[in-house]
Amino acid sequence: MNKEYFEFVCPVKMVAGFRALEHIPFELDTRGSVRPMIVSDKGVVGAGLVDIVVQAITSEGGKVGPVFDNVPPDSSMDSVNAGAAIYLESDCDAIIAVGGGSVMDTAKAMNIMATEGGGDPRRYAGYNNLKHRLKPYIAVPTTAGTGSEVTAISVIKDTDAGMKTFYFSQFLLPDVAVLDPRMTLKLPPMITAATAMDAMTHAVEAFTCLAKNPLSDAYAEAAIRRISEWLVPVLQKPDDPRGRLELAQAAAMAGIAFSNSPVGLVHALAHTIGAMYGVHHGAANSIFLPYVLEFNLPASRAEIGELLFHLAGPEDFAGTPVERRAEAAIARIVEMKEAAHAICGLPRTLSETGKIPREDLPGIAEKSLDDGTVVMNPVDVTYEDALAVLERAWGD
Amino acid sequence: MSLTPNVVDTELSPAAGRGPAYAIQRGYAGFMMWLISRLLQAASAVDPVIRRDIGRLPEDFSFSMRVRSGSPALTMRKVGDGLRAVPSSTVRRPTLTFEFKHVAHAFLVMSFQESTPRAFANDRLAVDGDFPSAMKIMRSLNRMQAVVLPRFIAVRALKAYPRIGIVEKIGLAARIYGRLVIDLFKRDPS
Repeated sequence: MNKEYFEFVCPVKMVAGFRALEHIPFELDTRGSVRPMIVSDKGVVGAGLVDIVVQAITSEGGKVGPVFDNVPPDSSMDSVNAGAAIYLESDCDAIIAVGGGSVMDTAKAMNIMATEGGGDPRRYAGYNNLKHRLKPYIAVPTTAGTGSEVTAISVIKDTDAGMKTFYFSQFLLPDVAVLDPRMTLKLPPMITAATAMDAMTHAVEAFTCLAKNPLSDAYAEAAIRRISEWLVPVLQKPDDPRGRLELAQAAAMAGIAFSNSPVGLVHALAHTIGAMYGVHHGAANSIFLPYVLEFNLPASRAEIGELLFHLAGPEDFAGTPVERRAEAAIARIVEMKEAAHAICGLPRTLSETGKIPREDLPGIAEKSLDDGTVVMNPVDVTYEDALAVLERAWGD
Repeated sequence: MSLTPNVVDTELSPAAGRGPAYAIQRGYAGFMMWLISRLLQAASAVDPVIRRDIGRLPEDFSFSMRVRSGSPALTMRKVGDGLRAVPSSTVRRPTLTFEFKHVAHAFLVMSFQESTPRAFANDRLAVDGDFPSAMKIMRSLNRMQAVVLPRFIAVRALKAYPRIGIVEKIGLAARIYGRLVIDLFKRDPS
């Protein structure tokens, strides 16, 4: 008897492309909103991106409520409380998040409090602890990587509790994700490369880890093709709106893929060095991706080999013997890393980050095993395995 | 009882639709949860690998594994560097909960038709609580299964069978089953 089973969900309306921001007034109107609060951070506001969004809304007579720009880089529970208080005091009726993953995650948690009318946000933390729909929430990503605009997760740093609090609920999925190339045109090359490799890792792990399914595969394949085609051209010509839009769409597709087929060992290692040494999440994923794929070869050779079609195109795929396709796919990812390093200095190895002492690798290996993403890795991971991958990723 | 044409009465009784298969699955899952909790209690008393992970859990740690309806369920509390099976009613809100969405899913896993990682991948099983603690419990459960089950069954339950020698396996399994028997006849000091 066939015992296959999978679940897939993505009810987020995608509004993507040229002048996409100008669709926001319509999306607010159809959801009965007349006073949205904008959530952002000081960097995004300083770069003038919130002004572009406000102008797109107000030029046709739309209204905007207060702009909360106090979201820190790693999000925070204080920021969630402060933003929710302003939302409630100002009689807002929707949230527009304009920023990267931290802003979008913080806005999701704020929306819980805004909908519930205040209180302690920790009450709703955890798995499926929300029981009804939240206020309208529109996500406008200003990076092309995290995929938070299409995921049902919010992770908030809770300094008081000394931990990161996570929220998971279908009700956290944004109502609308707006992908407009104007939002990422000014992204520095290093961040462009790191976030694109973050999206690439989301897609590759979604495609190779245990919960892969036909629908997540379709999104992952499309994301991998786009990033493979557009990463280097965008790094070479950062002000190309077409390339920027392709990467933004790829990040959203990768987000849909990994939201329905969770990631594995690459993320376990990246989460650990991110938390311990502040290594950028995308850069960390980029470092580990080829080494983890090599480690996963015994269980996932066929899937990794299939990646070659999307990474290198049909001609390279057809010209590579079946038994060499997995190695060729990994080599193609290494080529992308080399190109990004040459153009903008994206670190290729742990040693190139300059942040991690080599003698700390055993501690990183041990801590990585406690990351929940290890469960979805296709190959079982022991301490020795994790340490071996870290040693390979160290470089030299 | 009269029903409106074309309307199915779905409020006949809670037992409606629960055939013999449901009762068998529920009974089997209940027995296995009881057995797992006693075996894990014994393993956490004698296996240094499991004790190392359990020792790193918070002092007031407790966890529950249950079916969504609330039962069958097992509940365990950390005591020293080991775990002790306790009645579910004694822990109001466990630190960590593993919840099967349906008794049929618990049966799939506990009859070794579906491995635990596959059950997570298939969304049969949800975790609510602290992930580092969840990983320690999952590693302990995996280690316990690798030791106490015959290899041909353990490989169906695990992602990978660990590197463990036959002598070590038999020795540890004997101590765990021995401890299980002692625990069954020992009066609970609490």
